[in-house]
Amino acid sequence: MFDLDRWQEIFQNISKNKLRTVLSGFTIAFAILLFTLLFGVGNGLKNTFAEQFAGDAENSVYIRSGRTSKPYKGLQSGRRIQFKNDDTKFINENFEDDIQYFSPNIERFNVFAIYKSEQNNYTVRGVYPDYQPLESAVIQDGRFLSYLDLEKRAKVIVIGRLVEEDLFGAKHALGKNINLGGISYKVVGVFNDPGGDNDERYIYTPFTTSQGIYRKNGELDRFGLTFNPKLSPNQALAFTNRLTKELKNKHNIHPRDQAAIRVQNYAEGTQAVNGLMFGLTVMILFIGIGTLIAGIIGISNIMVYIVKERTKELGIRKALGATPKSIIGMIMMESIFITALSGYAGLLLGTSVLKLIGPTLEEYFIKDPSVETSVVVGATIMLVIAGTIAGYLPAKRAARIKPIVALRDE
Amino acid sequence: MIEIKNLHKSYPIGKDSLHVLKGLNLHIKEGEFVSIMGSSGSGKSTLLNIVGLLDIHDEGEYFLDGQKIENLDEKKAAILRNKFLGFVFQSFNLIGYKTALENVALPLYYKGIGRKERQKIALEYLDKVGLKDWAKHLPSELSGGQKQRVAIARALVTKPKVVLADEPTGALDSTTSSSVMEMLKDINREGMTVFVITHEEEIAAETDRIVRLKDGVIISDELTHKKAKA
Repeated sequence: MFDLDRWQEIFQNISKNKLRTVLSGFTIAFAILLFTLLFGVGNGLKNTFAEQFAGDAENSVYIRSGRTSKPYKGLQSGRRIQFKNDDTKFINENFEDDIQYFSPNIERFNVFAIYKSEQNNYTVRGVYPDYQPLESAVIQDGRFLSYLDLEKRAKVIVIGRLVEEDLFGAKHALGKNINLGGISYKVVGVFNDPGGDNDERYIYTPFTTSQGIYRKNGELDRFGLTFNPKLSPNQALAFTNRLTKELKNKHNIHPRDQAAIRVQNYAEGTQAVNGLMFGLTVMILFIGIGTLIAGIIGISNIMVYIVKERTKELGIRKALGATPKSIIGMIMMESIFITALSGYAGLLLGTSVLKLIGPTLEEYFIKDPSVETSVVVGATIMLVIAGTIAGYLPAKRAARIKPIVALRDE
Repeated sequence: MIEIKNLHKSYPIGKDSLHVLKGLNLHIKEGEFVSIMGSSGSGKSTLLNIVGLLDIHDEGEYFLDGQKIENLDEKKAAILRNKFLGFVFQSFNLIGYKTALENVALPLYYKGIGRKERQKIALEYLDKVGLKDWAKHLPSELSGGQKQRVAIARALVTKPKVVLADEPTGALDSTTSSSVMEMLKDINREGMTVFVITHEEEIAAETDRIVRLKDGVIISDELTHKKAKA
């Protein structure tokens, strides 16, 4: 295998038969290039979808209040519905079995935040500790809020990764104090969020702290919860319907009034998105496999042609003392060498093209188009194996052909 | 050197089979210069293929250099060919993308001789056939006579016991033909057994012994006048 003499012979065969080399090399390189590009663009499309829709727990439900749109029980329409702490209690008591995580929420937009000379506006949310899994926030530094914070109405905050970046630059925010709308809060944690930039610019404070500062009479803005993951999609839907109905009943709202209380069940959206993602994955797989099959067929054809073309040469070699094994070995090593090398070339070309055009594709909903190296290497190896098998069969036949047949004058 | 006893060979043609060699007996001693004569279809090429280990006989016995040839697999045949036999073909059968020197060196490659040594020996033999200056040329840049001389150098380079020439002058004009025959005579004079297949009387007349073949049987086996006189 590592006989230098043999390699010299092979290099000579390769370099002196340029058309043959270029033909088979081009097929492989082109197949890998196409594979990389199509797969990469497909992945880019998938990345876009993942970024647009990922980020919140898949079983999350948000409940907001608005104004009534229908008169009911002598009450006029246009009445503002305000959630209060007793709604929190009501939901907690009546739906305990259906709920996994639950948190009331007070939201304050454009809160002015100052740390030393840096300043910016952020959305501040007052929440329960349960809120963390709802947003799929991941703590990277320190901790999330605790029930102790809630009880003590502590002036502590957990900030998003980008808040830390804005205000602290490369330094750590943990343990520092940030001034929010004139009140000083201590940073106890920093989180990141797969949901992207917007989700990483939130600041979370204990619900009670927030309520004490921004609201009176136990008022609050909305509820976030995740339903029990054991519920089937239909059960989940039934649960949210029941929740809506009882809340409407509690607040004297017409059962068909869609505006006063809005329940947003992410499960419905998630299902659609998951379906779409699955479709995309299947499509990408289909494209990838299709390209590979085309490449395999291409290289197989060329190998058959090459061996056919060389029949006479192989016959001469046999007459001069080449054993069948050495003939097969020579053809295989040539084909493996060419396919592996050109496959690598196609891989390099493909990934560099993706890198080059990647940023310009973002406006076409293709984000970060790339292919895992392992996938491309696997594809290349598959083509090499295919080329080898495709070369082996005719090579074996050629090695078995009697020299007299190969040498017979046309 | 070559001993054939009651050799039979037939080829299947559809359901029937064509009986090409019908019981040949032939003994060629070391250092002989023999020609096999016969029209096409007489079985002379088949005989050469069997003698050259390119084909297998059906019946009878074949001894090459005292070694009985039987149950020959491809690998053994290849090794024996490389060791004992040198081939010269009508259509030269040089490899087109290799230079004259590389073509001559190829049998040495299969003999397992190192590159430097190979080139040295090959150049020696090219010199012997008067083509040292053409060593770097491709076959397409050589004349027919030159190609055949390269082929002869290639046949000789492994110092075989027998040189088998299948219509070596078939593709050449008469002047070049006679120079190629001279070369084969020189080789024979050095003690090598030369076995020529031809259908041309003039070529056969240049050899020492003529074996005539017709319809798969030997019809005559005689020394030429030249040899008889000598």
